[in-house]
Amino acid sequence: MRNKPKIVWLQALTCNGNTQSFLSSNHARFEDFLNAFELVYHPSLTHNISLEDVLTSDFLIDFLLIEGAISSNTLFFSLNNESAKNILQQLAKRSLYIVSVGSCASYGGIHAKFEKNSDIHGVEKSLENIKCLSAHKIINLTGCPVHPEWILQTLFTLKSKGTIVLDEKNRPVELYSPLAHHGCVRNEYFEWKVEAHTFGLKEGCLFYDQGCRGPMTHSSCNKILWNDISSKTRVGMPCIGCTEFDFPRENLFETKKNIGIPAEVPLGISKRAYLSLTGVAKTFKIERLNKKIIDENS
Amino acid sequence: MSAKESKKTSIIENSLKLFSQKGFYNTTIPDIAKAMKMSVGNMYNYFASKEELAKCAIKYSTNILALELREVNNAPLSSRDKIFEFTRRYFLKVKENPEIIEYFLRVYLSNREVFSNGCEGFLCVGEFVTEVMILLEEGASKKEFRDQDFFAAFGMFMGSLGGFAFLSGEKVLEKDLMQYSDLIAENIYRALKYEE
Repeated sequence: MRNKPKIVWLQALTCNGNTQSFLSSNHARFEDFLNAFELVYHPSLTHNISLEDVLTSDFLIDFLLIEGAISSNTLFFSLNNESAKNILQQLAKRSLYIVSVGSCASYGGIHAKFEKNSDIHGVEKSLENIKCLSAHKIINLTGCPVHPEWILQTLFTLKSKGTIVLDEKNRPVELYSPLAHHGCVRNEYFEWKVEAHTFGLKEGCLFYDQGCRGPMTHSSCNKILWNDISSKTRVGMPCIGCTEFDFPRENLFETKKNIGIPAEVPLGISKRAYLSLTGVAKTFKIERLNKKIIDENS
Repeated sequence: MSAKESKKTSIIENSLKLFSQKGFYNTTIPDIAKAMKMSVGNMYNYFASKEELAKCAIKYSTNILALELREVNNAPLSSRDKIFEFTRRYFLKVKENPEIIEYFLRVYLSNREVFSNGCEGFLCVGEFVTEVMILLEEGASKKEFRDQDFFAAFGMFMGSLGGFAFLSGEKVLEKDLMQYSDLIAENIYRALKYEE
């Protein structure tokens, strides 16, 4: 691979969220990125060339990054008077690697749930077996949005090693093997079943009532922190499971329960084992965990 | 099971009978030693105190019921049928091994001070409570049971079974206990069943 690989960022049905996330990268890391790669085209940035120029030229695209879901229906979405699917298929054939950036590009996301158009899919399905030049699997970076560092790590890994280890949903294992639960600062509240009764508190676990999907969501949100300092669960908002293929689900901020018992338990744990531990933990009331960390009234 | 474990189990089984018949305070370690044909001193090689024995006894007796309910939970039955099957098994235990339920009702529930340190909450009955949770959750997830507060459902379930075991122990029932099994199961089911 040449010293400065070329990147083309294609947008289809998208809210632009992954672009916003990408542009919010750690500035030193983004500088590394700009020094190591040539971002030839991104629709939100000023470039010397347009999408039409990209389409009519034949230069090798090292990394084709796609943001947004794909449709062949131009009534819903078109670029350059062509469908997103046509453009994707043209560019894919000239690309060494294809990276789906975000949940919508990975599997259609919220757009695929639109009932009036059944022809909205993720990149892989839209490519209909068209392979990129390296024949590497399409890399899915799920998330709504993707953490900017996940994009950078993936690109740097591919640049240096030529391949990246993927899970069964074609997500990089390095980034998606942890659960959002790993590294959550509320884990002690989870262990002792102390609930946070609303959002934004320093105290309490958000799993029991607030719908937190941390213990069943593959992501490194609490390992590679957002803006280098925080995460949803750290500031008191439940994980909404945005890196999983069933996102967005209904009732995001509600823990589905049956007769007061969580319908879903942490990943890979049998319900019997989970309930046994829960029963024991609930027997004890840990005073330290049941009081405010900072009590302004005291 | 080692010889020592086997002997401990035998002590627990004998103490369950004595505790449930005479009560916790009216049963002494010498009484249990006598039933075991053991010396009093040797008894202490197995249990450090009567309180420790009582705590082991509640775990032992509820685990018997937990195993019964686990078998029922794992059986390919509807949630309704699981209630009927478990009620039958529970009443059969009340008939054949009354000390298991009697101990729970007349010792464990009646002498909370004995169990307050080490058996508080669900600690010594956890395995059984877990199986009840699984029965209820599965029924609700399959929409055989309606959604409701856990403790409301749990209290009704245990109250119906325990209350009837108490009536049986008081010998006030007019018919054989097993003849009430399906009637009680039906009552439990109706309190739980899903309604559109």
